[in-house]
Amino acid sequence: MSSALDLELVNLTKRYGDTVAVDKINYRFKNGTYVCLLGPSGCGKSTTLRMIAGHETVSDGSITLDGFDISHLPPAKRGTAMMFQSYALFPHLNVRDNVSFSLKMKGIDKAERHKAAQEMLELVHMTDFADRLPAQLSGGQQQRVALARALVTKPRVLLLDEPLSALDPFLRIKVRAELKRLQRELGITFLHVTHGQDEALALADEIVVMNNSVIEQAGAARDVWNAPKTEFVARFMGGHNVISLDGSKVALRADEVLLGDAGLSATVTSVEYQGAHVAMTSMTEAGEEVLALVPESTFFSNPKNPGDAVSLSWDEGRLHRLQA
Amino acid sequence: MLKNRHIQGWLQASPLTLVLLGFLILPIITIVVVSFWQATEFSIIPAFSFENYEFLFGSPVTYKVFFATFKYAFITWAMTLAIGFTVAYYLAFHIRSQTLQIALFLLCTIPFWTSNIIRMISWIPFLGRNGIANSALQSWGIIDQPLEWLLYSDFSVILAFVHLYTLFMVVPIFNTMTRIDHSLIEAARDNGASGFQTLVHVILPLTKPGIMIGTIFVLTLVMGDFITVRFMSGSQKANVGRLISNDISLLQYPSAAATAVILLITVLIVIGILLRFVDIRKEL
Repeated sequence: MSSALDLELVNLTKRYGDTVAVDKINYRFKNGTYVCLLGPSGCGKSTTLRMIAGHETVSDGSITLDGFDISHLPPAKRGTAMMFQSYALFPHLNVRDNVSFSLKMKGIDKAERHKAAQEMLELVHMTDFADRLPAQLSGGQQQRVALARALVTKPRVLLLDEPLSALDPFLRIKVRAELKRLQRELGITFLHVTHGQDEALALADEIVVMNNSVIEQAGAARDVWNAPKTEFVARFMGGHNVISLDGSKVALRADEVLLGDAGLSATVTSVEYQGAHVAMTSMTEAGEEVLALVPESTFFSNPKNPGDAVSLSWDEGRLHRLQA
Repeated sequence: MLKNRHIQGWLQASPLTLVLLGFLILPIITIVVVSFWQATEFSIIPAFSFENYEFLFGSPVTYKVFFATFKYAFITWAMTLAIGFTVAYYLAFHIRSQTLQIALFLLCTIPFWTSNIIRMISWIPFLGRNGIANSALQSWGIIDQPLEWLLYSDFSVILAFVHLYTLFMVVPIFNTMTRIDHSLIEAARDNGASGFQTLVHVILPLTKPGIMIGTIFVLTLVMGDFITVRFMSGSQKANVGRLISNDISLLQYPSAAATAVILLITVLIVIGILLRFVDIRKEL
């Protein structure tokens, strides 16, 4: 599927003095995909995004788009557009002028500018608010305006820096559906930085997990979740248990832990009812915590209480060996 | 209970009210009242007469002097704005470390630890006929004759004004600029704005309230000044302040009061017009 239009990072490095923020990462973002850069804070994901946007200089390596090296071009000449974490809307301009700001900078006349702004505002359903100032909008509305402003430049790649972090949880879920819809409609690459794995799973075609300045694992969302390569990915993506068996670490999905008569013996430490599932945490004899998500009906046919001894088992095929 | 709370409120507001009444409202009322009195060379007569105003508006000197006052105010404003904006911009956007920012800002204020008069008078030996400026220019061979317009001229008056009042422009502009979110500048760059376009379309509009506060400071200071004009022009130039101070030295209080009332009204009108352009409330 890869084509010349792809965005590619080649040995991309960012150093601040002696500290390395991004260490020789290589990745090819397929055109028209929704990619999430996922990782804990300080892992280098934001720096990577800002280098692609052109707001941070590249220490080493290069960024290519469409076969051209864009590493040293100014932000507006790269074919990328960025949506900032705090939206960075110009407080003195109304919504229409915010959206058409880049066209004004290019010297496009007013009528044309406003027409383009109107189209973008239609795309994000904000036409009714064109004359308002940013301060008169809610967080979600500001975010749509920021999206429209980024998209009006017709970018090849839209860069989103933690776009949902300023919204409340309810709105976050609504807005992420909106983002996904927009990406499908526009067919351009969205590169979305986040530290929330649920957000990444919900949105991304592809997930790039970063840790300690390098890419830990990358691939289709399902592949990353189902087959974490390292202990870090297994723990960060959640829903997995990491246990030691025969001297090596293995990952086991919490919903594939079975309660049986034989198997790994453990003691129940807590039981939490979550609706469809019951989350039962237990401690093995080796002192490792294992979380089991047991379907509600199964659990209550043979309920357990903290302190009870249980035997944990699983299908051998579902165990997943981790790289050391 | 409700009545009690009313009394409490009045009591809490009263100290400031009394201070303002005694030291602001009362003096202004007195000036207005006195401006209607009559005066001869040797006596002042309480009356209600428009004599002072008639004389003021009837004299071509008044218009000339008011014009000169506006001229000083406008030129000083333009120059303090240009310098103040540049200094504040440099401090706010080019100095990355906050410690250095504060250090440089304090450096700007050091000249202001000395009295106004001393800073003004120090220009005189520098600018004089045989002063440092003239002798330096002559020894470099740039001029043959000493420049006469350096001292005791509009040039020296405005130079002193700019020197004295630029900080009043730097402080509010710097204050507004430091509150501009740096991601806005990145956003402008992301939208293809050049450095100059960012300055004109983003930084300048967002700095307007600070510029307006600085403008009010500088305009009121320059329009009310008399001592700078007297010293730096060697008593050869006049502005409204000097008109008033001359009247006072001749004990013509009613006439001085009338001029003061007109000056006050003029300044208030100017500020009123300025405030229509920019909302400074969010800065206060």
